[in-house]
Amino acid sequence: MFSTIRHWLDERFDWDGLMAPLRHKTVPSHRLSYWYFLGGITLFLFGIQVVTGILLLLYYRPGANEAFESVQYIMTRVRFGWLIRSIHSWSANLMIFTAFAHMFSVLLLKAYRKPRELTWVSGVILLFLVMGFGFSGYLLPWNTLAFFATKVGTEITGQVPILGKPMMIFLRGGEEVTGATLTRFFGFHVAVLPGLATVLLLLHLLLVQRLGISVPPKLEVQWTANPSAKREMRFFPNFLLREMMAWYVALGVLGALAAVFPWNLGVKADPFVSAPAGIKPEWYFLFMFQTLKLIPSRVWFIDGEVLGVLAFGLVGWLWVLLPFFESDQPSRMKGWITGLSVLALAYVAGMSVYGHLAK
Amino acid sequence: MAILRNKLRPFRAARNLGLAGFVVLAACLGFGQTTNSCVDCHAALPDPLGVSQEKFSQDIHAQEGLTCTSCHGGDPTSDDPDKAMSRRAGWKGKIDRRQIPQLCGTCHSDPAYIRQFNPSLRTDQLGQYRTSVHGKRFAAGDMKVAVCTDCHSVHDIRAPRDSRSTVNPVNVANTCAHCHSDAAYMKGYSIPTDQFAKYSMSVHHEALAVRGDLSAPTCSTCHGNHGAAPPGVDKVQNVCSNCHTFQAQMYERSSHKKAFEAASLPGCVVCHSNHGIRHPDDARLGTGPDALCMRCHTPGDVCDQARAGLLSSLTQLEEAIKSADQVLGVAESSGMEVSEPRLGQDQARDSLTKARVTVHSFRTDLIDQDIQAGLKITAANLKAGREAMVERNHRRVGLGMSLIAIGIVLVGLRLYIRKIES
Repeated sequence: MFSTIRHWLDERFDWDGLMAPLRHKTVPSHRLSYWYFLGGITLFLFGIQVVTGILLLLYYRPGANEAFESVQYIMTRVRFGWLIRSIHSWSANLMIFTAFAHMFSVLLLKAYRKPRELTWVSGVILLFLVMGFGFSGYLLPWNTLAFFATKVGTEITGQVPILGKPMMIFLRGGEEVTGATLTRFFGFHVAVLPGLATVLLLLHLLLVQRLGISVPPKLEVQWTANPSAKREMRFFPNFLLREMMAWYVALGVLGALAAVFPWNLGVKADPFVSAPAGIKPEWYFLFMFQTLKLIPSRVWFIDGEVLGVLAFGLVGWLWVLLPFFESDQPSRMKGWITGLSVLALAYVAGMSVYGHLAK
Repeated sequence: MAILRNKLRPFRAARNLGLAGFVVLAACLGFGQTTNSCVDCHAALPDPLGVSQEKFSQDIHAQEGLTCTSCHGGDPTSDDPDKAMSRRAGWKGKIDRRQIPQLCGTCHSDPAYIRQFNPSLRTDQLGQYRTSVHGKRFAAGDMKVAVCTDCHSVHDIRAPRDSRSTVNPVNVANTCAHCHSDAAYMKGYSIPTDQFAKYSMSVHHEALAVRGDLSAPTCSTCHGNHGAAPPGVDKVQNVCSNCHTFQAQMYERSSHKKAFEAASLPGCVVCHSNHGIRHPDDARLGTGPDALCMRCHTPGDVCDQARAGLLSSLTQLEEAIKSADQVLGVAESSGMEVSEPRLGQDQARDSLTKARVTVHSFRTDLIDQDIQAGLKITAANLKAGREAMVERNHRRVGLGMSLIAIGIVLVGLRLYIRKIES
């Protein structure tokens, strides 16, 4: 039956010709090949987000008077609503984690090098978009923690000189976090960000397909010197089947987290109560939040928080352009970006743990 | 040099102008300054004559511009003690205790005068004082009873809203206890001196002093401050209804009201006592050491049976609330969404509180209405909690089956990969 369908498609659309690149695509096989799964797992989790997000949209109602109640309805009345919402929330967090892990693996395996600079650029921008998904989606249940986290988060945006205040008002839909902010964030979360992410994701996948998968420099040198030592596996079906195994493991982890630790709904946001003591952002913003807390209120003549926000903005831009700072000369390739990556990883992890433990 | 001199000219002019201004300002301050020879001398004297500038500056009267002469007369501008404290200058010396209420009343009973400083301040204190036990005894010549300065202090009188004031709600009990807990001082008045000790263990003291609830009662809330009782109350024993409105309304219509009046018993105080009021609990309806009803009623009579029924109903509702709380707590800690029944538990607790208030009607039918309402709510919440637990177990079974299915697929994939690669 499958061969009949295939023949039918091939007759009309040259199916075999379309699938040829997949059949010829190979993946390097070495002891670090497992790191290649991270991108695929992130893509799988993104797919889960799209599917569960669409299902949530069937019942979710954006608005200060309805959002919390509609999520409560999803959690308590809609059949398997609790599962869909919990998987959406857990999957979001796992996706951000795997996206970070993918980025650092690319850095440490030096996969960003020429000719893959644009793959890196599109990937880092995708990571920023994913964090934007997290920030905008966090407010949607309209609970107390989300309300105040958004208030603090948008206030930090307001610290940017000149553009900060207009940006804050644009994000909030006014001076304060209100129902207008919620509907605005809903728009970002379900229309603007998915549109941008889809375009960038297609570009990212196209570049990966076009440029192939990178091999660590040391191995590349060995394989160039001794081509018989080169090991590869076919992408389809060998690598894809392994990738599917990783997806199934991710699915099992997601299901276990959703069933044993369903995502908490919290208490409905009340703009007139004071912020809960020791309020913190989601874990993926914690390293930035903790850094801003540690900067003195004034550094020379600049406000400490403004300095922190500007520094993070600058570091973000430099991070996007990181591959362009590395020399093409093999002798000068070694060293500093790997060292910087290890330092950045230690900083992000250390500050996140410190922020989590700090009162 | 000439150019430089010309450039400096405006600065020199400004400097000269500044110097002139400083001299004029210093002269004004020096000549305008008034001397207060009272404080100059009394600051150096030991108590009770010692009054420092620092102490007097804390006094609300000093802050409003009044001086020593406002009460004591004399001439504080003179450094000569004979002139400053001369009768010709109107000096009155130490105010005679018999004159204190009248002296304070000179201003505090004058609405037009007081309005200048604080339009909301009452001016009936002296009149009220004369109706009080203190005032009546004072008028009869008893100089041991409290006058204004005994409660408000003398040269450092603070507004009652100031937490350091001796008449701030938090400090009133201590102020009263200064005399009323002194057995030697109170000897001859034939009233107890353990009020403060009892009050210190009461639910009212805990609310006021421990929890900082300034609406909780202190001595003056029930006994009045200047008058004999708070406004609107004929007797101190009826004062409870000022705060405990519903209990009072229930009691007013109850059979106990008539019975207590017939026996000349003082209402609320019969069961709750007066100064040492403890937190009421259901044990008061029991037969143990804290039991109240059985002090008057006979075991086995109709009232005793009603008491036992009431206690049983209240206990039943309390236990039902605890059971539902426990189940909902476990469900919540398992991540189940039970905020609605949790909210419903507050309604059940309200019903229990209402039933306890209704006890003051001594009518079992009314109390039963509240109890049944609470039991109905609790049963619904308990059901919701149990359903949440069943749902939790279903989820875990579903998870187990899903993980087994995923495990089988993983093994299948692994075997398939091995097959195609061999």
